[in-house]
Amino acid sequence: MSHGPSAPAHAAPAHHDHAPYEPVFNAGSARSKELADLLTRYPDKRAGLLPALWMVQQDRGWISEDAMREVGDQLGCTAAYVKGVVTFYTMYHQHPVGQHFIQVCTTSPCLCAGADDVVNAFLEHTGCKELGLTSPDGKYTVIEVECLGACGFATPVQVNDEYFEGVKPETVPDLLKKLNG
Amino acid sequence: MGYPHKSHPRETPVLSKHFGDPSARTLDGWKARGGYKALQQALAMEPTAIVDVVKASGLRGRGGAGFPTGLKWSFMKIGDGKPHYLCCNADESEPGTFKDREIMRWTPHALIEGCAIGAYAIGAETAYIYVRGEFTEPIKRLEDALAEARAAGLIGNNAMGSGKKIDVWVHRGAGAYICGEETALMNSLEGKRGNPRIKPPFPAVSGLFGQPTTINNVETLAAIPHILNNGAEWYKAMCLSSPKSNGSKLFSVCGNVSRPGNYEVVMGFSFKEFLYDLCGGPLPGRKFKALIPGGSSVPVITIEEAETVKMDYEGFMEVGTMLGSGGVIIFDDAQSMPRQLARLSRFYAHESCAQCTQCREGTAWMTKILERIVAGQGTYEDLDTIFDLAENMTGKTICVLSDSCAAPVVSGINKFRGEFEALIKGKRSSTVAVGV
Amino acid sequence: MSVKSVNLTIEGRAISVPEGTSILEAAKAAGVLIPHYCYHPGLPVAGVCRMCLVEDEKMPKLAASCATAAADGQVVHVYSPKALEARKGVLELLLINHPLDCPICDQAGECELQDYTFQEGRADSRYHEPKRFNPVEDFGGDVLYVTNRCILCTRCVRFMDDVHHAPVLNVSERGDRAVIGKAPDADLTQPWAANVIDLCPVGALVSKDFLNKARAWELDRTASVCTGCSQGCNTIIETRDNVIVRQKPRSNDAVNHFYLCDEGRFDYRWMNRPDRAEAPKIRVSDVLTFVDWEIAYGEAAKALKGKRAYVVASPALSNEALYLLKQIYTKSGGEGAFRCETGPEAPLPGVPDLSLRGDRAPNVQGAELLGYTRRDADVLAGLRDGDVLILADDELEGLDTSAAKKASAIIVIGTVLPLNIATPTVMLPIANVAEEEGTFTNLRGRVQRFLQAKAAPGLARPSWFALADLNAALGLQAEHFLPSAVFAAMAASEPAFAGLSYESLGLYGAPVATAPAGAN
Repeated sequence: MSHGPSAPAHAAPAHHDHAPYEPVFNAGSARSKELADLLTRYPDKRAGLLPALWMVQQDRGWISEDAMREVGDQLGCTAAYVKGVVTFYTMYHQHPVGQHFIQVCTTSPCLCAGADDVVNAFLEHTGCKELGLTSPDGKYTVIEVECLGACGFATPVQVNDEYFEGVKPETVPDLLKKLNG
Repeated sequence: MGYPHKSHPRETPVLSKHFGDPSARTLDGWKARGGYKALQQALAMEPTAIVDVVKASGLRGRGGAGFPTGLKWSFMKIGDGKPHYLCCNADESEPGTFKDREIMRWTPHALIEGCAIGAYAIGAETAYIYVRGEFTEPIKRLEDALAEARAAGLIGNNAMGSGKKIDVWVHRGAGAYICGEETALMNSLEGKRGNPRIKPPFPAVSGLFGQPTTINNVETLAAIPHILNNGAEWYKAMCLSSPKSNGSKLFSVCGNVSRPGNYEVVMGFSFKEFLYDLCGGPLPGRKFKALIPGGSSVPVITIEEAETVKMDYEGFMEVGTMLGSGGVIIFDDAQSMPRQLARLSRFYAHESCAQCTQCREGTAWMTKILERIVAGQGTYEDLDTIFDLAENMTGKTICVLSDSCAAPVVSGINKFRGEFEALIKGKRSSTVAVGV
Repeated sequence: MSVKSVNLTIEGRAISVPEGTSILEAAKAAGVLIPHYCYHPGLPVAGVCRMCLVEDEKMPKLAASCATAAADGQVVHVYSPKALEARKGVLELLLINHPLDCPICDQAGECELQDYTFQEGRADSRYHEPKRFNPVEDFGGDVLYVTNRCILCTRCVRFMDDVHHAPVLNVSERGDRAVIGKAPDADLTQPWAANVIDLCPVGALVSKDFLNKARAWELDRTASVCTGCSQGCNTIIETRDNVIVRQKPRSNDAVNHFYLCDEGRFDYRWMNRPDRAEAPKIRVSDVLTFVDWEIAYGEAAKALKGKRAYVVASPALSNEALYLLKQIYTKSGGEGAFRCETGPEAPLPGVPDLSLRGDRAPNVQGAELLGYTRRDADVLAGLRDGDVLILADDELEGLDTSAAKKASAIIVIGTVLPLNIATPTVMLPIANVAEEEGTFTNLRGRVQRFLQAKAAPGLARPSWFALADLNAALGLQAEHFLPSAVFAAMAASEPAFAGLSYESLGLYGAPVATAPAGAN
């Protein structure tokens, strides 16, 4: 439930250059098979939409309009439909993001445990300067996120798929070191 | 057990007994702890007999609404010729609530067993566990456990050799609080925007893929194997106060408290003792001020009110709030209530699905007013506007998201009006520097 | 199988409706219009605007009347303090971010946000925060999306999804950031897409064609029938200072429901063309000379005397005109023929039997029922040596007209003078469809009236008027003083039209007695 990046990153990392879109679900590919297997779980193939979008994001780092078209073609819906869905769910990136996508929970339980200071520490130590922007080296994007569901371990921080619990401003440099380690 | 703390002697660990113990995660580990006996027993019973046991146990939905689980299951008409579905609501996204995450992380097989029993009891061959997208670790644990259970033939086309087909699948969400609302969850699972649906039709008539569907919370389903193993009477007897609230309940405790974490107590436990004894009381040098006891969507209560409460569905209602999901958010005397409520309101504004006017516009407006008050630009009229706005946001929309935004704000202003007025008068909140 | 009825009371009025009817529709039947935005009878119920909240005595909460079925014994209050308060709240919330740019909004005057706010809204706003802003977006086709005015009722999305079956619109984002989105690779150029403009209850989706052309309250509105094809969609022609500025669909469940295709919608410009024949003329020394109508009729009668008449009639002429022309060619033992331009069909998938039809004229069926011969390849093929060729509003465009030389005389009854034939003997200027009254028969045999929307130029007369006079000049029948009288004469003598009258047609039409299969 992130406050997703509100604007395209000012310094898109090298791997997000404007190369022609490379389809994820090429016939015969592992992803294509994975999607086909997954669809057997549901009576309606549209139910495969969220999982298919996850596959695209895992492979491409974000979900471009070309990707929406591809996924739509796979599941029998239009790009407009897919876009409506993509924009509903905050975890799908509509723009390229940094190599480490850092989401700091700042909802009330974490706020009262000092989450704001954790956010500031991340902004400072990553060089991101502003929420939603990617650091000049393309390594980091920092955003505030709504409740991560780990309120007893304030402040939880999600970096890509991994949770870090009990993060304090002073532990941020170590955490970043670990990400690069 | 009070994960991440040691179990407190006054807890009654049923669901949380193996939290923190990685060996309970594996199929062998789970079986060694009595796992899948309940499923085996259930598969030998008539579905209606299982529903009767659950009815008799007094188990009520642990997701927030507290609807009797057995009664909900009984709405599913077995043998109507339609495919039935069970959805496990693992979208746990109510601020202050983090119990389901621990169930899935530590005892994934407990949930899978509960899902399989539930599916069989309602005549479903397929159960989907809809897990919020952020929960990557719980998803991994569930996927691993499901692979084990499938390989061992516990679920699948011939569950435990019973000849019955029970599939259980994990479905990952992608970041939307509202998908914890059962009809939004079904839409999301179907590959749609997570918009809540108009009821009727109710899910038991037309739910997932338009078919009869039951949606149960993780904690509810994880309790089912224990009920079958130990009997309805055992479960029903876990009751310290209201006879309508039975069993053990996981409470997630967070905010300004010495020992945040999950605690499992019998329904009707004294809230005062819970807060000061189990949870260790306030942080050193602080005092508890206010609580939101059932996840962020329920009304705020003062510590004085809280100290009188018996922790069950009825007990929380006596002080004008709700047990909800059991997510207890505690604010101490260092916190500014206006600031906390403004932040909470922003959460709801961010999560509104945008369907209903009152919610789409109301949550955002409410947030702007509260943030302006916190910034020292508020007026007394703003408080009147908030109350009127809250009235418009309550009981008038498809789901209760906007009600959930209004409830803590209205109760918060009513109970801590002085803090709001101090900001309006140009004074800083008495205890902390303010700024959102 | 008979549908069960339920009896309820709405605003003190007892009403009985079929089971399954919504409270909103039941109230309509009882004469009470419950304010609403997202509800539209042609679209699936969304229940999202929450404007139609009413009080049901037995329910603790207010009910969204569009999404709540009427039930036996229900007592519904639409104007109770509780219901009024709730709707006032919705209106205030819909306006907090609305730009209130009514002075420059095309929807002003026909805007449901204005109307219901006037009816039930607050006089002031309590909103002191900055309004959100989003730029105007070109949705392609005729449609502009003025995002700031949008109330997210989703009618447009549902129309494109569920009626047009062309899901190119969506709701994007969520919360108060939500907007209507369009697929990056699609424009609203689908054949029926511009209906989203009519469906939009506010000024969020506006027509580029109509943009800044007129204020709604300056328009004169006239019930008409689209001339774009043989479907016969009911329309409203809107004029300002005798110029047509817009054509919109008029609801008729038997024909077009709520819709009009884009081709038909914009098929009005020709009705404003200024190069019109404005005065009756006769040929004098090979030059057309302006004369009085009576002289022109006399000249025509003289030319027709003892000759076989060959009538080339436009299938866009009214049944009345075609009937009167038929009297002329029948009397002389002649023939009536017509040709019809054709084009690709474009059905509206979500509505049965509604399509932009292949025949691009409104009265092909009428012409056929009256006995005209369809000669698409060469409409002059039936012309014999010495015939009098009567060109009734067919300009013979794109046709080899050398055969016309066979005619002993040419009489033109039309809106313009054909340029590709020899100078006619007589030219009788008539009104176009927007300038006269009459009826068309659609492809399913439904006879529908259209009314006069603007004045004809110069001395041009309604076609039925000019032809009735010409009939009289030929000694055929006493004058008809009204188009309804022509119709009555036609109904009396033409079996297909038996039993019909202007009264029985009303403004929604009725099928001919010999209606082909599929008529309703």
